[in-house]
Amino acid sequence: MATVQMRKVRKSFGPVQVIKDVDLEINDNEFVVFVGPSGCGKSTLLRLIAGLEDITAGDLEIDGDLVNDQSPSERGIAMVFQSYALYPHMTVYENMAFGLKLAKQSPEAVKQKVTEAAGILQLDHLLTRKPRELSGGQRQRVAIGRAIVRNPRVFLFDEPLSNLDAALRVQMRIEIAKLHRDLAATMVYVTHDQVEAMTLADKIVVLNAGRVEQVGSPLELYHHPDNLFVAGFIGSPKMNFMETEIVSMDNGLPTVGLPGGGTVTVPVDPGSAGVGAKVTYGVRPEHMIEGSGGDARVAGDVYVVERLGGETYAYIRTGDGDLLTVQTGGTSMLRAGDSVTVGVSSDTSHLFDADGLAFPRSERNPMADLSRDRDAMH
Amino acid sequence: MTNRTKRRLWRVAFYVLVTIIIVYTVFPFYWAIVSSLKAGSALFQVDFIPPEPAWDNYASVFREQPFARNILNSVIVASVSVVLSLFLAVTAAYALGRVKFKGRGALLLIVLGVSMFPQVAVLSGMYELVNALGLYNTLGSLILSYMIFTLPFTVWVLTTFMRDLPTELEEAATVDGATPWQIITKVFMPLMGPALATTGLLAFIAAWNEFLFALTFILSNDTRTVPVAIALITGGSQFESPWGNIMAASVIVTVPLIVLVLIFQRKIVSGLTAGAVKG
Repeated sequence: MATVQMRKVRKSFGPVQVIKDVDLEINDNEFVVFVGPSGCGKSTLLRLIAGLEDITAGDLEIDGDLVNDQSPSERGIAMVFQSYALYPHMTVYENMAFGLKLAKQSPEAVKQKVTEAAGILQLDHLLTRKPRELSGGQRQRVAIGRAIVRNPRVFLFDEPLSNLDAALRVQMRIEIAKLHRDLAATMVYVTHDQVEAMTLADKIVVLNAGRVEQVGSPLELYHHPDNLFVAGFIGSPKMNFMETEIVSMDNGLPTVGLPGGGTVTVPVDPGSAGVGAKVTYGVRPEHMIEGSGGDARVAGDVYVVERLGGETYAYIRTGDGDLLTVQTGGTSMLRAGDSVTVGVSSDTSHLFDADGLAFPRSERNPMADLSRDRDAMH
Repeated sequence: MTNRTKRRLWRVAFYVLVTIIIVYTVFPFYWAIVSSLKAGSALFQVDFIPPEPAWDNYASVFREQPFARNILNSVIVASVSVVLSLFLAVTAAYALGRVKFKGRGALLLIVLGVSMFPQVAVLSGMYELVNALGLYNTLGSLILSYMIFTLPFTVWVLTTFMRDLPTELEEAATVDGATPWQIITKVFMPLMGPALATTGLLAFIAAWNEFLFALTFILSNDTRTVPVAIALITGGSQFESPWGNIMAASVIVTVPLIVLVLIFQRKIVSGLTAGAVKG
């Protein structure tokens, strides 16, 4: 259906620059998710694509057409809002037909399109209801239906599931994934929920303070984060970081010191960094091994233990004062106050330089290049 | 004293208070009705229910002056003022509530400031304006001058109301391809029903009751509106005030207001409380 290109797109509100020279390429039929902490500009970037905010500088193209000065309806986009933004005084049918009627389409065409969209979303029996008579999930489906009938070039979603309860959110997430497959449409989706980002996206765009930190497939960001920000943002619980330095080089691979006196060799290209360089060592909670496994050990005292049934999170205070999160099995017998060692492995270790940039890994994780199509049912 | 008797006493006191309030608010109107049904010297006797109701007062109101014409004038003036001010107020409210521009706050304050002047203060200036526009002794002069007090109030209420409508609703309509005018008429207006009913009704009542401008700008009996017409009802001699007729006329002109309030009652209540709870 459509591609979206952004070149040096900038947005300022008065003196405050909220989007700083963003370059981004969205391919046809791609599901792109913008994630980032609140205030990072992800919603603003979406609204720039929608045309609800004017671009201060730079070019925005949809399908090769420069759309900077076009109104939202001229751009051929449709948007689903966080609060659904259904017209409260109109029935479900009228809500979906509103845009088509404004575009002066014939009543037959309107009826056909609305009926079709209602069929896709299983809203057939609700067409005469008003929004206030619908549940949250149904309202969200109507909002999506209103987008579908417009047959847009690009679908835009602004945190569409954040008003739903947890169970419904999972269900709607699956429905949106299915919708993307059925419609074969370009979709841009904003969320702060990284589970949504990881599960829905072909491509995740991590934003921070108006800048793109990294663009890539979900597993690429998980296995090969470019910098400390992305490493800390993707993955839950958050990656553990330890300030340390390179103590030696083994076959060109840096070895770093760990709290408690151990060392671990990290399979990355150290570039110009040599022995003595200040670095940050990173390892994910799920890659830390309770007990004496792994290639090296970190020592500390258990601070708090959180038991979730299937898994257990232990927070461990190291001798350096860092608080590390360790994810372990549901049967772990760790108790607060215990002195423990946890193992880390070379191949799941990350290393960042003093500026927070990741040293490139010597080998690419095969999961990072896995195509999403493999997981989808056909 | 037990708790139970205490509670009973409180209840009695509460209903006494309610009764006092009801009597206080309803008695004048009740007395007008009673007086309107009395003829001649019966007026000076205290009867809470007139022994022999005299309907003649009601007929003579219409016989002795063009009172039907006066009522029609009032209906025209009040309706046109309400329709015009609602139209101007809705469009102004969209600009003031939804469009960001410099000096918006100052403009709102000026609009409010206009309503602070007492009528007498603007009377002579208004008179010049009415004359200059050639509206003297026409209903147009009243419609024009009534906007002075209906507009600030309607603009303020509707601006506040419009500001509280969710922004995403407007954005959804924009994405759907609606122009600002279509957003106002097709999305906002239906949602503003309660606010429109409330402000429209209050503006109608204000225009219906207005006396000073109506007395000043209108010369002939046929162009008068009811408040002035009632005040100018005279008796057979200068020593006789035709209270019966005056009361009958007052009762007649109160009825339309009561009917309107009853019709819009439910909308008014929801209008006055709108925005209190997110719905």
